Parts: sequence; structure tokens; C-alpha cells
Amino acid sequence: MTQLLPRVADEPVALTEPPPPRRRRTRAEPAGGIVSSSDWRRPSVCYLLLTVHFIVLAALIVIGLGPILWLAKAAITPTQDTLRKPLALWPHGMDWANLSTAWSSMHLGHYLWNTVVIAGGSWLSQIVVATTAGYALSVLRPKYGRVLSALVLGTLLVPTVVLLVPLYLTVLNPPLLHHSLLNSFFAVWLPAGANAFNILLVKRFFDNLPREVFEAARADGAGPFRLFWSIVLPMSRPILGVVSVFAIIASWKDFLWPLLVLPDPAKQPLSVRLPTLAGSVELDTLLAALLISTLIPIALFLLVQRLFLRGTNLSGAIKG
Amino acid sequence: MLHHVGASPRRSCADAPDDTGASAQDRGSVAATSKRRPASRARRRRSPATWIRGGGLSTLVFLLPMLVVFGVFSWYPIVRAVVMSVQQTNLATAAHWVGLENFRHVLADPLLGTAVRNTLYFALLALVFGYPVPLVLAVLMSEVRRWRGLYSALAYLPVVVPPVVAVLLWKFFYDGSPTGVFNTIAGWFGLGPYPWLQNESSAMPSLVLEATWAAAGGTVIIYLAALLSVPADLYDAAAVDGASTWRKVWHVTMPQLRGVLLITLILQLIGTAQVFLEPYLFTGGGPSNSTMTVLLLIYDYAFGNSLGGDYGAATALSVMLAAVLAVLSAVYFRLTRSWSTS
Repeated sequence: MTQLLPRVADEPVALTEPPPPRRRRTRAEPAGGIVSSSDWRRPSVCYLLLTVHFIVLAALIVIGLGPILWLAKAAITPTQDTLRKPLALWPHGMDWANLSTAWSSMHLGHYLWNTVVIAGGSWLSQIVVATTAGYALSVLRPKYGRVLSALVLGTLLVPTVVLLVPLYLTVLNPPLLHHSLLNSFFAVWLPAGANAFNILLVKRFFDNLPREVFEAARADGAGPFRLFWSIVLPMSRPILGVVSVFAIIASWKDFLWPLLVLPDPAKQPLSVRLPTLAGSVELDTLLAALLISTLIPIALFLLVQRLFLRGTNLSGAIKG
Repeated sequence: MLHHVGASPRRSCADAPDDTGASAQDRGSVAATSKRRPASRARRRRSPATWIRGGGLSTLVFLLPMLVVFGVFSWYPIVRAVVMSVQQTNLATAAHWVGLENFRHVLADPLLGTAVRNTLYFALLALVFGYPVPLVLAVLMSEVRRWRGLYSALAYLPVVVPPVVAVLLWKFFYDGSPTGVFNTIAGWFGLGPYPWLQNESSAMPSLVLEATWAAAGGTVIIYLAALLSVPADLYDAAAVDGASTWRKVWHVTMPQLRGVLLITLILQLIGTAQVFLEPYLFTGGGPSNSTMTVLLLIYDYAFGNSLGGDYGAATALSVMLAAVLAVLSAVYFRLTRSWSTS
């Protein structure tokens, strides 16, 4: 929750006196957990717990990491070895060429680039819509804001599935534009922006920013645009980070929508393209391709894992 | 956090269920806020000039992206879904009204019963597989004092794998031959070989197993966050009263988690009711429709080659599914609201 609260302190202060790292705080927290500290000191309890923890760790490694490690091994193993002895710990021969074959013969670079472009555009559209709407509804507060907020939040009640067909037909023939967006990245970017949850998150965050700062800026003659760009946005970096991560992950994972609106293979992201390609390439090449497409999200995850692992997923929905 | 801490402290928690904050203005508390809201003057003398000077135009400029995007890609399609469900529409001929014909057509489709049953079966299996495991795991992990980050990262790793990659990988794991990955493992214990995806009775559990693997990590993290926010003095108090570890889990931890447990339950139900990726990529609904789900049926109505282009039937079914899910969502919002204000 701490990161959802506005950080008002100036950066210089934070630089001279760095706050204690958050991780230590969470680790110190369970001092009075389910098993009390005095119990921990008893050797029998301690050994039992350590054994349980070891078993949990082993299970997590096998189940969580295992398939990915297997994929890594299989990606550099010749097809025949993988087929005959899929669980052999050490392959007979290493076939590093699989990776380069997969990259070049399946044009992974091209589809990966599509994925990146789609994710980037979806991110931009979500950020723009969420920040401007959140600002207008939370800071500027027009009279009709109440109605608009209700209309936006109401869409949270409508599951995405109900929109599948009408949204597809809207993309085929958008109102006002009258030019099909099929096979255009805008068909993915723009609907991604219509995310009420983002607006909810951002608006809640803006609601909690100190009003005095806005008053001061207004007194100094800042107009609504200046206030937005120079005051509100710089103060809202934490929430923008959360929205960005959600936006990029959702876009990276999306399958059905890009499958529908990007029928042209040259425009498809990797996730849509892989199942089609899977039927037409050798097994070892396919597994190499799967490994390549997994490595990037995993690398990103390891970079920003703190954001994932602090339960922001739901704390935003529940408490935010 | 649902009420506005800094923004408008005048509002009580029992206020109307919206979040605009403009309400403070309308409740006769104008005096306190009118200084920064010259727009309130415009209410008395409505002329475009004062409206613009009061910032009405720039507000509208800020709202424009949302209005356009939501108008075209959210509100309009929602209305259109309702309209289309009572129309006969394919792109070739003009749409005409058919009343409830689409609903009748869908309800008469023998596949609908199969799809609903399969979806419920998927949801049930997902609950059996996927509901207790993350909870137990999170409770055990909450007691880990060193390297908990490592545990969380390992548990979350499958969630990071792109869903399509996970399905394609597991499709290979599920290879029905004796040298398939899972069959090799089963062979170590003298079991199998199993047909996994090729068999009507084992196809659905196989899908759910993969779906659980792919999603459980997220739930673990949610539970873990909730567990770590249980106040330590509750445990201390229980310890003083001589409660055993098991009793502490049952009488302290679980009641504290009740809200989160209910919420993840509803979220999981909403998610499983819309399952598409697994049946589409693993089995395509087969063998003999044993993994045909509701969303797959909607997809088939609208975009499938066999039936193709029956948008009316697809939206009629979507609307029916949405009605069911809306009830669940409403319960969800109710819960999150009461839970966070209490």
C-alpha cells in the first residue's frame, strides 16, 4: 500500500537521507507470525519448520522453475533426443543452432517487434486516457463528473466477453471514421485505452494528493494544463508505474483480441503467431522459439519483481 | 481508502456509491470550496463565456481522450451488444429485428447445454485444484523468514510465462505416447501411459491442471500480502491464551483472510466462466466437444468456420453470460467496498 500513497517528499531530501529499504520492513513484519518467536527458538519446532520450508522450496523449484528449465534444455537438444528421452538430464548432443534457426526461420524478431509495438501503443493509450480522465474527474471536477464516473465505473461490471463481437464490428466500421481499423495496430491500441480500472486507480491516487499544492500552484497562476503537466504528473510517478506494468503485461499476454483484429500475419504479435507456426516447424525449433519468447518477460519480471510481488494486483482493487 | 481522505472529508463513508467528489459541491457546502471553483458562479449565469472562463472548456479537453475511447470502444459496443442480440445481423445483409429469436435459437442449440456444463465443470475443477493449493502454499510461505522473496518469485514464475507459450509447452508435456513427458514421469511410478488430451474424460482436467499452474502464483502473492498484513498482536494475544499453531491458523489467520478468500473466489469464477485460450489452443473444443466452453461457443458462432458469422446468436449468448457474470461482479464490488471501508 505504501507505494500507492503519494510521495510528497522532494527528491533531494530522499537522496541525502535514503529511506530504509522496503524489503527489510516486510521481512521484519512477521515477528509475531503464526508461529511465535519463542516457538521458533525451540529446536524441535525450528527443525520441523525448516524441513517444511525446504519441502515447499523444493516443490516450488520443481513446479515453478522445472518446466522452464526443461524448456531451456529442450531448446538446445536435437528433436530425436527430446522425443525419445524427454526427461534425460543431459542431452546427447547440444544443438545451439536451434536458437538461431528459430530466430531466423520463424522470423521471431519481426513478431517480437510487433508485440513490442502493440504493447507500447497500448501502454501509451492507457496512460494518456487514465491520467487525463483521472485529472479531470479528480482535480478539475466538473459538475457532470459524477455521471461520467458512474458511466466509466459501470463498464467494470460488463465482462469483456460481452464486448467481443460488437467491439469487433465496431473496429470493422468505426463510427465517425468509416474506415476499417482491421489489420491496424489502432484496433488494439485504442480499445486498450478504454480501461476503467486504470481510471479508478489513477483517480483514487489523485484524490489523495494534497489539495494545498494545487491551490498554491493556482495562486501562482498555473492554468489547468500547467497544473497537470508540472504538478500532478510528476507527483504521480508511483501510480503511473503500476498502471504501466499492468498495461504492458496485459498486452503481452493478450491473445484473442489481436487474433481477431489482426488477421494479417505480418501484423500479428508473437503470441498470436506462435500457435500457427507451431504446426509447421520441427519440434526443437519450436521449443527454441518458445524459450526465446519466454526469456523476455522473465527478464522483465526479474527487473521489476518487487512491484509484482507486493500484492499490488489486488490491493489496488480492494483497498485502492 | 474508498472515501477521499484529503479531498473531501465532509463526505461520509455511507455516501452514494460513486467517486466523483463533485458531490461535495452539490450538497450546499459551496462556501468552503467556491474560492477555487469559479465555475460555481457559472451555474447562476449560464453563458458560454463564463463557462469557458471558469475552465469548462479545458476540463472538456482533458476529458476528451476518455470520452472518445470509452464512447467508441466501450459504451457504444455495450449498447450495440444489447441491440444486436435482438437483431439478425450478418455483414452481408442489413440488420433487422427478430425479437427474442436469437435467444431462442441459442437456447435450443444442443451445444449450449454441453458448453455450459463444461464451463461449470472447468470452474469446479479449477476450484478443487486451484483454490486450496495457493492458500496452503501462502500460509506456509508466510512463515518463511529468510529468502521469502525467492519463494515468491518461484511461485510467480509460471504467471510470467506468456499463456500461449505455456499452452504450447504443456501440449507437448501431455503427449499421449509412453515417451511423453508426463507419461514418462507416470511411468516412474508404474502408472500410465495416459491419453491426457485425447480422451473425453481426461481432457478437461488436463486443461485445468495447466490453467492452475499458470494462474496459481498470482493468487499466492495476493494471499501472502493479506497474510503479512494480519496484525502481529492478534497472534501474540492468541499465544498468550495458549493457542496451538493449528488453532492460530484456524481462528486468527482464516477469519482475517475471509474477505480476500471470497474475493479471489469470485474473481476466479468470473475468470473461469470466460475461459478461452486453453480449450481453443489445446483441443479446439474436442474430443467430441468435451472441452467446448461457453466462450468458445460464442467464438464459433461469430467467427468459427463451420457456423460462421451468426453475430446475433453470438451476442445473445454473450449477453446471457454477461448477465450471470454481472451478478458475480456486483457481489464482488459490494464485498470490496464494504471490506475496505470497515
